[in-house]
Amino acid sequence: MNSKTLPYLLLAPATVFLAVFFVWPFLQIAYLAFTTEGGFTLQHFETMAGNWKFWPTFWNTIILAAIVVPLQLVMALTMAQVVAKLNTARNTILYIFTIPLGLSDLAAGIIWLAIFEQSGFLNSMLVGLGVVERPILFLGYQNLWVIFVAVILAELWRATAIVMVILVSGMGLIPKEYYEAAEVFGAGPWQRFVKVTLPMLRPSIQTALILRTIAAFEVFAVVVALGGTTLPVLVGETFNWQFALQDRSVAAAYALVILAISIAATLVFLRLLRTPKGATV
Amino acid sequence: MSAAAADRPRAVSDIGAAGKFLFWAGVVLLCAWVLVPIYLLVVNTLSSTAEVTAFPKTGIPSFDLGSIQFFLSFQGVLKALWNSLLVAVLTMVLSIAIGAPAGYALSRFEFPGKATFRMLVLMTRAFPLPLLALPIAVMFIRVGLDDTPVGLALVHTTLAIPFSVLITFSIFSGIPLELEEAAWTLGCNRLQAFGKVVLPLVLPGITASAIFAFTISWNEVFAASVLTVQNRTLTAFLLQSLSVSPLHLRFAGGAALVIPALIFIFAVRKYMFAMWGIANR
Repeated sequence: MNSKTLPYLLLAPATVFLAVFFVWPFLQIAYLAFTTEGGFTLQHFETMAGNWKFWPTFWNTIILAAIVVPLQLVMALTMAQVVAKLNTARNTILYIFTIPLGLSDLAAGIIWLAIFEQSGFLNSMLVGLGVVERPILFLGYQNLWVIFVAVILAELWRATAIVMVILVSGMGLIPKEYYEAAEVFGAGPWQRFVKVTLPMLRPSIQTALILRTIAAFEVFAVVVALGGTTLPVLVGETFNWQFALQDRSVAAAYALVILAISIAATLVFLRLLRTPKGATV
Repeated sequence: MSAAAADRPRAVSDIGAAGKFLFWAGVVLLCAWVLVPIYLLVVNTLSSTAEVTAFPKTGIPSFDLGSIQFFLSFQGVLKALWNSLLVAVLTMVLSIAIGAPAGYALSRFEFPGKATFRMLVLMTRAFPLPLLALPIAVMFIRVGLDDTPVGLALVHTTLAIPFSVLITFSIFSGIPLELEEAAWTLGCNRLQAFGKVVLPLVLPGITASAIFAFTISWNEVFAASVLTVQNRTLTAFLLQSLSVSPLHLRFAGGAALVIPALIFIFAVRKYMFAMWGIANR
């Protein structure tokens, strides 16, 4: 074995695997969504968009992501700044901050269900404090916005950690000299954050936003755990068409919609937050 | 922080003390935000089945094992736990066996096609991968892998491979090539040098990335629910029974999902930042 063929041999298993389980199924989804009995059609997309549930589903997903992701960025920046300032107990606090990273979205949904359900901890607290007399049914269809808030809280709780971890490792790459120079020129802590940290952190912020936005479009188990089918989201509807309505083509069309908005978001972030040439550390 | 405070000689200690108090109050608040919801889930899990639906709640566990007993004796739970474990272990083994050679090749060789392969791996990030389970389900029926732990593990491996390739790439890049070359001059062939010099050095990092693959599989909901019917994993089982199962079953199930994940995140905490540091690039 010489070093000409060795790298290809080493890459072969991963390449074959990704071809079979990533590229091929993706082509299959596109084929399912665009054909009927062998011919090209847009019929499945029409069925999908013609259903009354489609647009509420679409906007629920987009609005959730549009609220959750920016809040997560702010929270994660705060947490990362806090960690950067810590001298004592840094590792312990960092570990605590990263705990939700290892939890599944389903578990996060169940955890927030314990808080929001009718006999749950939020009602116990409200009644205990005398704010309300009887426990409120938070997660019913009459209170759609409460389900929305609960999902947002659960998503913030669960998935801010990943943004923070990416930002903390990005901050580690910023040379200390930059801060020292800024201080020499009289920049205060806030100015240093805006003029040094944020611009230097750009590639990390970009990565974090792309990863998080795509994941936010895939929100599913949290919503099911908290609201059942009361608050429809795109992946939930994909699931619904695949199993309850038994129409795999429409399910594939839904999958392509999720894919399309994911790619669109990725391109927007790549363009918006591109690093100028020659400006890397 | 202290340097900035020193610029203003007056009342330094006052500002410092108040600022310090606010800072630590913020830290405590952030830690509570992460830990309290988990604590509440544990409270519900360690309560009797009657206490879980009782109102109001005290927030103090009674250490009654009723909920846990109910959960473990519920039809299908033990099998689901076993399936989750089996799929996660298979995913762990497969993703390292397939991903690590690719990571090694990327870190040690320059060859035509390297950029293309990296692109393929990075592209998987912009895709909502679990959705690919829809066409894969059909593919599995044809080859007889439907509803089997092996089939699901193959899909979970697709989710884990981009991570295992990038993580092992950075781990191998951290080992100087000179160490390997020294072993070659001392009469080792490539394989021996790898086994005697490189492997012991990278083993902890590889273990961390294996554990990471395990948690990806353990936590995954959508593909698991699509691909398993009789052989449900714990996440698929819980998702399916969400709307019909009693609260105590859901909370105990949530705890069963959370606890192994907590242990694993604790085990790999040292590597978390090294892993996501590369994820930036």
